[in-house]
Amino acid sequence: MAATDTPILAVTGNEAVAEAMRQIDPDVVAAYPITPQTEVVQIYAQFVADGKVTTEFITVESEHSAMSAVVGSAAAGARTMTATSSQGFALMWEMLYIAASYRLPIVMTTVNRALSGPINIHCDHSDTMGGRDTGWIQLYGEDHQEAYDDTIMGIRIAEHLDVRTPVMSMLDGYVISGAIGPLQMLPDEAVKEFIGPFKAINPLLDSEHPVTVGPFDGLHGWYFEHKATQQRAMDRSFAVIEQVSEEFAELTGRKYELLSPYRMDDAEMALVVIGSTCGTTRTVVDQLRKKGVKAGMVKVHVFRPFPVQAFIDLLGSCSVVGVMDRADSFGAQGGPLFLEVRSALYDLPKRPQIVPIIYGLGGRDIFPDNIHEAFAVLQKAAAGETLPVERTYLNLRKDRV
Amino acid sequence: MNVTGVEEEVHSHTEHALWRAGNGACAGCGMSLGLQWVDQALDGEKPTMVVPACCAVVTPGSYPTTAFGVPAVATTFASSPSVATGVSRVRQMNGEDIPTICWAGDGGTYDIGLATISGAAERNEDIIYICYDNEIYGNTGGQRSSATLPGARTSTTPAGKHEPKKDIMAVLVAHRIPYAATLSLAHRDDFLRKIRVARRLRGFRFMVMLSPCPAGWKSDPAEGIDLVRAAVGCGLFPLYEVFDGRRYRINARPDGTALEDYLSRQGRFRTPSFDHAATRAAIAEQWAYLDAMEAAFPAGPREGSDVPAAPPPPPIAPEANGPVTGP
Repeated sequence: MAATDTPILAVTGNEAVAEAMRQIDPDVVAAYPITPQTEVVQIYAQFVADGKVTTEFITVESEHSAMSAVVGSAAAGARTMTATSSQGFALMWEMLYIAASYRLPIVMTTVNRALSGPINIHCDHSDTMGGRDTGWIQLYGEDHQEAYDDTIMGIRIAEHLDVRTPVMSMLDGYVISGAIGPLQMLPDEAVKEFIGPFKAINPLLDSEHPVTVGPFDGLHGWYFEHKATQQRAMDRSFAVIEQVSEEFAELTGRKYELLSPYRMDDAEMALVVIGSTCGTTRTVVDQLRKKGVKAGMVKVHVFRPFPVQAFIDLLGSCSVVGVMDRADSFGAQGGPLFLEVRSALYDLPKRPQIVPIIYGLGGRDIFPDNIHEAFAVLQKAAAGETLPVERTYLNLRKDRV
Repeated sequence: MNVTGVEEEVHSHTEHALWRAGNGACAGCGMSLGLQWVDQALDGEKPTMVVPACCAVVTPGSYPTTAFGVPAVATTFASSPSVATGVSRVRQMNGEDIPTICWAGDGGTYDIGLATISGAAERNEDIIYICYDNEIYGNTGGQRSSATLPGARTSTTPAGKHEPKKDIMAVLVAHRIPYAATLSLAHRDDFLRKIRVARRLRGFRFMVMLSPCPAGWKSDPAEGIDLVRAAVGCGLFPLYEVFDGRRYRINARPDGTALEDYLSRQGRFRTPSFDHAATRAAIAEQWAYLDAMEAAFPAGPREGSDVPAAPPPPPIAPEANGPVTGP
């Protein structure tokens, strides 16, 4: 069966991720169940029980231990994966830095969910946006297909010798993870061939060539240089991500960009969006275009490394840009995506006005009308009205805050 | 005190070099000697060491130097049993019979790492976990831990600690792990035998070593071994081992050494609030408990280095992915 000739399945986002993991068949998976990622762990446990994978599956007692165990197995020299959400991601926190700084090519699915408190199990991007400086590459998927594709491409990106940096790939909790959507899988053999064999670097199991992984690196040590090499790896990862995307496109016909523009060629105003809300935004862009409004959208696929040049290329000629954050940075000028997009465009001789927009926290619904509201703010700015300095909240009960 | 024999063995042993010369451990550091004895007991075998935040992660030296002559991974305070889980599982996948050893202080064991130790013990991971217990957070300047004795002065209990020492052995024994034992640096044969017993068994093996810390104990660096001998002799640090969490064996009984012989040589116990009577009562209670357990659940004749070797574990994942190897 050709790689593009497989049937289209109806699956949940979690099933899509679990299937990708089955096809990758990593040496080790250590994971702890958490809503809404739970299904990934359960399905994978069934794959293990059914003998569909040869993975050593470790049912640890916490996410801190999940990330610790995959640090151990990856340092031992094994291809290693895990998955988490929200508080689990937060509990992994200190170990995320260990994984990245030890240059362990772990691939982790994170099903995005709000962080407590108050407790909330629904989608927003607070968890992984909070982890944007941990040193992991971050891929954000829009739908079921992308969740699957990112998982497979993530292996190649993380393990590439120019990169050797862990990758987290995201999908929106519930909206994608729990909802049914279309998925076209690759044949198992095609995935095996695409990812290739794992190559361990200085594995702990090599007793004849002992190394100490992550030794003390104190005041007169090399800590600073090690941090700079992490940034070098991030710089190099752009070319690797594009190369892997290119190869993946040859295999599947699905080409992923760092940023995906929608009707941006002549756009005067644009929204920058991450995740499942991109679909709603496209619909609204189409409606506005019918009315003659030159609206467009930029979807963020890769947030780390941050594709500055791609943002400049796509947004530089707009007069006004709204940046949609599904996470906030309390006390800052706006959400994390806003801060970085505005910074990216700062050096342009003529730069667009940029509006911070917050939406969808804790799974708050985002309707087409809400996207229209966002564009209405941009239209006012384009017409010369003074821009709001404060965040624009979409679908917030404004009379209650 | 016969240290001559020990020194000879240490010197003759540097070829194994789990823990090499040139490290930055303090004079009289029990941890440093303990690592050398573990090396001797393993007789040249090269384990993988998993070391959380503690003196053993700082004293090996700064990158690119390391005192560890075997593969080692440094990790965060609470994570060593979980990191070791990952290492050990990959070992098993490859069908390799080489130990994975966690080497952690009492802070990482009794306190911040307790949940992860419990997790690994409950899963019966194939790990040897050794706690070097100096009864304080030594690496950060000697703060209290739950291993600190009541009445002891630390930098966070300047007037003496109020709470009793946590019975970490009982906690681990309750997990019904294959082996749990206490280690004394004053009982070298017993120490080496226990490491070898642990080496021959499978699953989660836990040992706790009383580790002299002259800086924290306010004691003479030359007296560390004598202090451990006194701690065992007065009954404060019982030497015993428990098989499968059920069968007890006491290895050394109190020999009449006065409690004061242990306490008076350490500045940490010179507090007005130190309650000698309460400490004696706690020792008596501990021994009553151990005696009762040994009587009710005896381990039988001593299982020394003649414990039959367990067969190496079968590879738990077939060759589908091939063995994990270096480049």
